Amino acid sequence: MSSSIPSYNRRKFLKATGIAGGGLLLNFSWLAGQALTPQELAAMPAEWFELNSFVKIAANGAVTLYSANPEFGSNVKTSMPMILADELNVDWQKVTVEQADFFPKRFNRQFTGGSQGIRQGWKPLRTAGATARQMLHEAAAQNWSVPVAEISSANGMLHHKNSGKSASFGEMASLAATLPVPKNVQLKKESEFSIIGKSKKNVDLKNIITGKPLFGIDHKVPGMLYAMIVHPPAFGMRLKSVDAASVKLMPGIKDVFPIKIMNEEYLRNFFDTATFIEMVAIVGNSTWEVMQAKKNLNATWEVAPDTTFKMAGFQGNSTTQTIPGGLESTEGHRKVFEEMRKKPGNILRKDGNPEEAFSKASKIIERTYTAPFLAHNTMEPVNCFAHVTKDKALIYGPTQAPEFIVGTIADRLGMPKENIQINLARMGGGFGLRAYSHHMVEAAVISQKVGAPIKMLYTREDDMTYGIYRPTYTATYRAALDQQNNLLALHVKAGGIPESPLHQNRFPAGAIDNYLAEGWEKSSNITIGAFRAPRSNFIASAEQSFLDELAEAMGKDPIAFRLELLNRAMTNPVGKNNDYDAKRYASVLELVREKSNWNSPSDAGNHKGVSAYFCHNSYVAEVVETSLKNNKLVVEKVVAAVDCGIVVNPDAAINMAEGGIVDGVGNALFGELSFNEGIPDKKNFDQYKMIRQKEAPRKIEVHFVNNGKEPTGLGEPLFPPVFAALANSLYKATGKRFYEQPFLPQLKANEIAV
Amino acid sequence: MAKFQLKINGKTQTVDVDPNTPILWVLRDHLNLVGTKYGCGIAACGACTIHLNGVAVRSCSLPVSSIGTGSITTIEGLSQNADHVLQKAWEEHDVPQCGYCQAGQIMSAAALLKRKPKPSDKDIEDAMNGNLCRCGTYLRIKEAIKTASKNL
Repeated sequence: MSSSIPSYNRRKFLKATGIAGGGLLLNFSWLAGQALTPQELAAMPAEWFELNSFVKIAANGAVTLYSANPEFGSNVKTSMPMILADELNVDWQKVTVEQADFFPKRFNRQFTGGSQGIRQGWKPLRTAGATARQMLHEAAAQNWSVPVAEISSANGMLHHKNSGKSASFGEMASLAATLPVPKNVQLKKESEFSIIGKSKKNVDLKNIITGKPLFGIDHKVPGMLYAMIVHPPAFGMRLKSVDAASVKLMPGIKDVFPIKIMNEEYLRNFFDTATFIEMVAIVGNSTWEVMQAKKNLNATWEVAPDTTFKMAGFQGNSTTQTIPGGLESTEGHRKVFEEMRKKPGNILRKDGNPEEAFSKASKIIERTYTAPFLAHNTMEPVNCFAHVTKDKALIYGPTQAPEFIVGTIADRLGMPKENIQINLARMGGGFGLRAYSHHMVEAAVISQKVGAPIKMLYTREDDMTYGIYRPTYTATYRAALDQQNNLLALHVKAGGIPESPLHQNRFPAGAIDNYLAEGWEKSSNITIGAFRAPRSNFIASAEQSFLDELAEAMGKDPIAFRLELLNRAMTNPVGKNNDYDAKRYASVLELVREKSNWNSPSDAGNHKGVSAYFCHNSYVAEVVETSLKNNKLVVEKVVAAVDCGIVVNPDAAINMAEGGIVDGVGNALFGELSFNEGIPDKKNFDQYKMIRQKEAPRKIEVHFVNNGKEPTGLGEPLFPPVFAALANSLYKATGKRFYEQPFLPQLKANEIAV
Repeated sequence: MAKFQLKINGKTQTVDVDPNTPILWVLRDHLNLVGTKYGCGIAACGACTIHLNGVAVRSCSLPVSSIGTGSITTIEGLSQNADHVLQKAWEEHDVPQCGYCQAGQIMSAAALLKRKPKPSDKDIEDAMNGNLCRCGTYLRIKEAIKTASKNL
């Protein structure tokens, strides 16, 4: 054992309580909110002892670990309990993981997003596990009247070597639960880990492959009605009137009414993004019947004027936000890009004297990159169950961020927060979208109105057209070179509708003497939200494509050039606040160079492109290898080098990495949502091209840097570098640079099939 | 409304629904078989894949009135104990991320293996191209199908 004492404040979440009887189970959403089968009930031990918010041990030795964070596919429900189980010294085979409900008094951070689950959970989970282990040790010591220091444990068993005594955790659990929570606990050394670093299967695997109800959309209770919404057909429009009678008499229809999900004076939080505050709700006996009414509903819509609302700031201040009125089109957005490129932006960072360097340059390279709005298109469309009674609300559905919606629901229903129970469903994808949980308010309002439990579902068309997209962006990079092709200065001006993609203190800032970063943004009524590595997912593509072109102009190998810059940032950094570790950055480039055989010729007909990026605390370099046999693009291979510190669940980490890469290839080639007079041009998967089996890379290799550092996340960091690695590979294959996303139109123009 | 007798997972069940109701919603809303998923409603994503007489079909676009005496298999009826060769391969490769599309993927793959027990890479790509996986588990899906094929 190491002697380190974690500085984490444990008082907030550690409280030992012994709880008798299986009645406690009723409070938890066993198997994602489904009622227990008689077999499952019979298998439940009679007595559970809760050692802290995360750990419950039964008298028979069964161990239940609560997974506090919502699961959208990034494996937190498996990987986070693994961290805890390792410190607890329990046999993983005997562990059951349960999704905890939203319970802010017990759990600190029930938020899935920003690739932060593992990173921020690392210490609290280890501390919780080590604390429970220590309490079990103390119980055994007391029971056997021996010094606690002589107790050891492994695989759910306690041992005392000198006396030869041993007992299961279950035998000591009831006593342990009565003991005071130890103030200091010892955490393991990395070399002592027995579960962390060993691949464990997804805890929901069997339920997934047998089609068990796991998702919000699968939920059903007796007396439940089905609800759908009808939202305005275009961004910038609002509901004018609805003729409920037009569909009220259709078969199976119970009620039709307008809903309003937020009052004008409500002080919104950052995650209260909702495109349409007023919509029409249709409630009926079955999904199909409600769908038919939805098609036939007579509602009239009107163009909305500018609107304002108050938003709470992170420092307790509040600002007034304005949503511009009018119907926007992609053509108009392009014009905005052109205008803004000509105007000076806000200077976000300036090192040295870039203006002077550019004036002295013998050569200036300038390139502009763009990317469209993207829809998240999670496979499970927006849905939510709600049962609102006179003074209580039970909400069950997909959300990445229950804490950011509970207050909104409470305000809208006119109930105290304490009366709102949010249970967390497994999510059929998230990618940032479900950090915005307006659907929970919608479902709650509908249930309150009809006085019955309801399940609300968006059709795919509703889901794809209601907003909260990845913004559209542009970036212009300029480099000043002297006569010997030395880099004198770099200038980036980047903006977007409605936010700038720039991270001004990231690489290559810190590696270039004369550096200027300018940003701009233009408001819009098309709502946006987090989308897998927000902002990074675009700026990485522009920056890493530009560096490739710059390296070529300078006559340098693209990896060697990046390493040169990183070496400068390492040994003699320019400016302050550089928010990356140049050494770790360089190490992933070196690893990918080795693993991709960068310096050896590619297989005949294959072309390699490289890219590297740091975001969400992890470092990733990728080499994409493409071929164009018979004018057909094939992504033959992607090699990724990743530094996310200790890898908790290696096979799941590789799965996540593969997913990020496939997603990157897909969105780089195909992802696009355009608008005409406020109407999205794509409404379903027949129009919105998503990557499929045939276009997926033939092979993906993922290599992790083994440096023993505390773990960081993986959900996002693999995604941003793909775009440029693919573009740089396509340049080698076609001789053409790819500046505009998606790449499909340019490939087609070059008679290349995908 | 009309009554239909449906043969689902070896059992005959009666439902009283609008004849145009896609079998997807009959399964999900009326028979509590929610393993079959709604993804698009236009047969473009494969999440709703079931077997009709052993052939993979998109249940979101198949009216209940068109089933007749056909025999339906859903993910819940693919095996008794999660021991279909594909389910085992899915476990071995730990395929899913979010898991939402996986029942549809497995049902498409099961129909493929029934038709072609030793599929080539191209056979797999052709058969599975109609099934979207937003998480991007395509490589694992392909490997799992190959493993299952070997273990047949």
